[in-house]
Amino acid sequence: MIKKAVTSFLSLSLASVLAFAGCSSQSTQQTGNQSEGSTQTANAGEKVTLSFMHLWPEGSSKQHNMIVKDIIQEFQAAHPNVTIKTEILENEQYKNKLKVLSASNELPDVGMTWAAGFLEPYVKGKLFAPVDDILAGGLKESFVPGTTEAYAVDNKTYALPVELNIVPVYYNKAIFAKYNLQPPQTYEEFQSVVKTLADNGVPPIALGNKDRWTGSLWYMYLADRIGGAEALKKAIDRSGTFEDPSLVQAAGEVQKLVDMNAFVKGFNGLSNDEGKSEFMNGKAAMYLMGTWELPNYTTNESVPKEFRDSIGFFKFPSVAGGKGNVDSWVGGPGVGLFVAENSKVKEEAKQFAKFFVEKWGEQSVTKAGVIPATKVDTSKVQLPQMYIDILSELNKASNITLFADVQMSPGVAQTHLNMIQSLFGKEVPPEEFAKKHEEALAQEQK
Amino acid sequence: MDKVMSDKKVIALYVLPALTLVLALIYIPIVLTGYYGLMQWDGIGEMVFIGLDNYSRLIADPMFWKSAYHSFLLAIFSTASLFGYLLIALILAEKIKGANLLRKIYLIPMLLSSVAIGQLWLKIYHPSNGVLNQFLTALGFTETPAWLADSSTVLGAIFLPIVWQYAGFYILIYYAALKSIPESLIEAARIDGATPWQIAFRIKIPLIASVIKVTLVLAIVGSLKYFDLIYVMTDGGPNGASEVMASYMYHQAFRGFDFGYGSAIGFFLLLICLVVTWLIRKLTAVEEEIQYS
Repeated sequence: MIKKAVTSFLSLSLASVLAFAGCSSQSTQQTGNQSEGSTQTANAGEKVTLSFMHLWPEGSSKQHNMIVKDIIQEFQAAHPNVTIKTEILENEQYKNKLKVLSASNELPDVGMTWAAGFLEPYVKGKLFAPVDDILAGGLKESFVPGTTEAYAVDNKTYALPVELNIVPVYYNKAIFAKYNLQPPQTYEEFQSVVKTLADNGVPPIALGNKDRWTGSLWYMYLADRIGGAEALKKAIDRSGTFEDPSLVQAAGEVQKLVDMNAFVKGFNGLSNDEGKSEFMNGKAAMYLMGTWELPNYTTNESVPKEFRDSIGFFKFPSVAGGKGNVDSWVGGPGVGLFVAENSKVKEEAKQFAKFFVEKWGEQSVTKAGVIPATKVDTSKVQLPQMYIDILSELNKASNITLFADVQMSPGVAQTHLNMIQSLFGKEVPPEEFAKKHEEALAQEQK
Repeated sequence: MDKVMSDKKVIALYVLPALTLVLALIYIPIVLTGYYGLMQWDGIGEMVFIGLDNYSRLIADPMFWKSAYHSFLLAIFSTASLFGYLLIALILAEKIKGANLLRKIYLIPMLLSSVAIGQLWLKIYHPSNGVLNQFLTALGFTETPAWLADSSTVLGAIFLPIVWQYAGFYILIYYAALKSIPESLIEAARIDGATPWQIAFRIKIPLIASVIKVTLVLAIVGSLKYFDLIYVMTDGGPNGASEVMASYMYHQAFRGFDFGYGSAIGFFLLLICLVVTWLIRKLTAVEEEIQYS
C-alpha cells in the first residue's frame, strides 16, 4: 500500500516538476561549455570556444540551416583559434530554453532574440550586451533604416537584426481568373472578392488561428487602415487607448469578415501550418503572411512550379474614410543576434555576430530567398520577379508596424492573443475586446 | 543474503543511488516550486518576495478555476470510462474466441506517443478534410461542426482521444488482475449454481477491489495533471475553452513570463492532487480485504 501511495505521489508530482527537470540537466551541460571558454582569455591566437544557439533546424529550415553552417565554417577558417559550438532548437523550444538558461545566467555567447517586448526583460536582467560598438564602424548604415532601432532599449542597441519581413496578401491568380476577379485596391472591392468566392464555395482566405498571431495580423492591418499607423502603437505604449473608436471598428470589421465566411472552416482550431496548407494545395484563394513565405512561391523546388507561378501578392487594401495609407505595412525585423553580457569571450562573440549579419545579408537573398535586415543590392544578383517587387514595395513603405504581440510585454501579449482568438470566434464583442486589452495594460503599469 | 542485508552500511549503499535521484529530480524541485511560488519572478531578472500574493491572485483568477473545472470534468469522464474498461476486461478474461488478438488491439494506442496520437486525431477532426467530417457529410449532414475550433465541442472532442489513449493500459491491468483469481473459486461458484453475472459481480469484482482502487487513483490524478494532448491538439484554445490546470501553468510560466505565478499554480495543482488522492483512499476504504480462499 505504501508503495502504491508513493508511486502515485511521484507520478503526480511530475506535473509540477515539468518546468524544472529541464533546468537541471541543461544547465550542467551548459556549464561545461562555459567553463571551457572561461579558462581562456580573449587574446587572439589562444584557443577559444564560442557557443551559438539558433532556431533553424535542418529538418524544417534546410536552406537557413545550410547558410548558417557555411558562415560558421567561413568564420572558423578566418579565425583558426575559434571553435564554434552550435545548438539548434525549434522556435518554441528555443524560446523556452532561452528562458531556462537565462534563469541560471548561462546564455550562449551568441544567440537569437526577437525585438522590442521580447527583448526587454533580458535587457533589464542585464543578460544582453549592448552592440553599439559593433554598429559604429559603418555597419549601422548597411542595415535598412529602422531595423536596429527595434532592438534598442534606452538608446542602446542590444541585437543585430538578421531578418526583415513585411506582410502582403498572397493570392492565387488561377482562382481569381476563374471567377473573373482582380486584386482589390479598396476594402470594398476586397469584400466583394470575398463574397464572390464564398458564394462559389471557395474558401476565400486561409488562416490557422490556433497560433493566434496569424489572426492578429488581420486585426493589425484593419487597425492601421482605419485608424492610421499610430493608433495601435499609441494604444500599446499607453499614449492612446484600445477603446479608440477606430480600433473598436477594426475589431468589428474582423467579425464582419468572419460572418461573411471569409476564412477557412474551423480556422480557430488549425495551426498556421494547417491553415497554410489550404492555400498551398490550391483550395483557399488568399493568405496573409510574412515574406518569409516567399521561397515557397519563388525558388523552393519542393513546391510544384505550376503553383509557384500562379501566386501573386497585393497590398492590404485601403478602407474608405480610414486614415491609413496603403504603403503602410505590418512587419518588421524578425530575429536578431545578441551577445551575452557575461560571455567570457565577448570580443570573439561580437566579431562573430558582425561577421554573421554581413554574410547573412549576402547569402540569404540568393540561397534562401528571404529578405535580410541589411540593404540588398538588386543590381548585383539574379532574383525572382516577385522578390524584386516586394523589395521595391519595401523601399516605398511609408511605415512598418511591428507585430503587435512583439510590441507588447509578454504578459499583455498573451491577453492580446487570447482575445484575438475570441474575437475571431465571436465570443466577445469588439467593445469587450478593447476593454480586456485596457485591463491587461493597466495591470501591467501597476 | 540475510547476512548482507543486516549490515546497515550495505543497505545505505544500495538505497543511495535511487534515493539521490528521487531527491534531486523530484522532491527538491517540488520544494523549489513552492519557493518560487512565493516570488514575483519573470524567470530572468530579480526575484521579489511577495508572500502569498500569487495564491490570493490564484483564488481570484476565473481563468484558473475554468481550467480547474475542465480538469475535474476530465477526471469524471475518465473515471466513468473505467467501468467500460472493466467490462471489456471481464469479457476478455473469459475464454472467448480472438481474446488474444483483441487484447493486442486494445493495447496498441498505449504504444503510440502522445504527440503521434495528437497528430492522428488532428487529422480525424480536421474541419474540412477530416475523416470524421467527411463521414458525416457522406451521411448527409450539411453543417458539420469544426470540432476543435468551436468552444462548445472542443472539450468533448479532446477528451475522447485522451480516454482512448489509456484504454489499453487499464484493460491490461484489469485483465491481469482477473487472470490471477484462482480458477477453483470460479468453479466452486459455478457448481453452486451461480450465473455468469453473479460470478462477475459477486466474486470477481470484489476480489480485484484493491486493483480497482489503484486504477481510480491513477485515472483521477492522471486527469488532474493531464497536459500532453491538450498541448499538442488545441494548446488550450480556442480562448481557453480546453485549458486544463497543467496547460494553464505552462502558459503562465513560459508564454507569459510569469514563473512566480506559474510555480504557484504548479504547487497548488500538487496540493489538489494530494487532497484528492487522500479523499479517494478515505472514501473507498474497506474494513478488511475480502478473502474467499
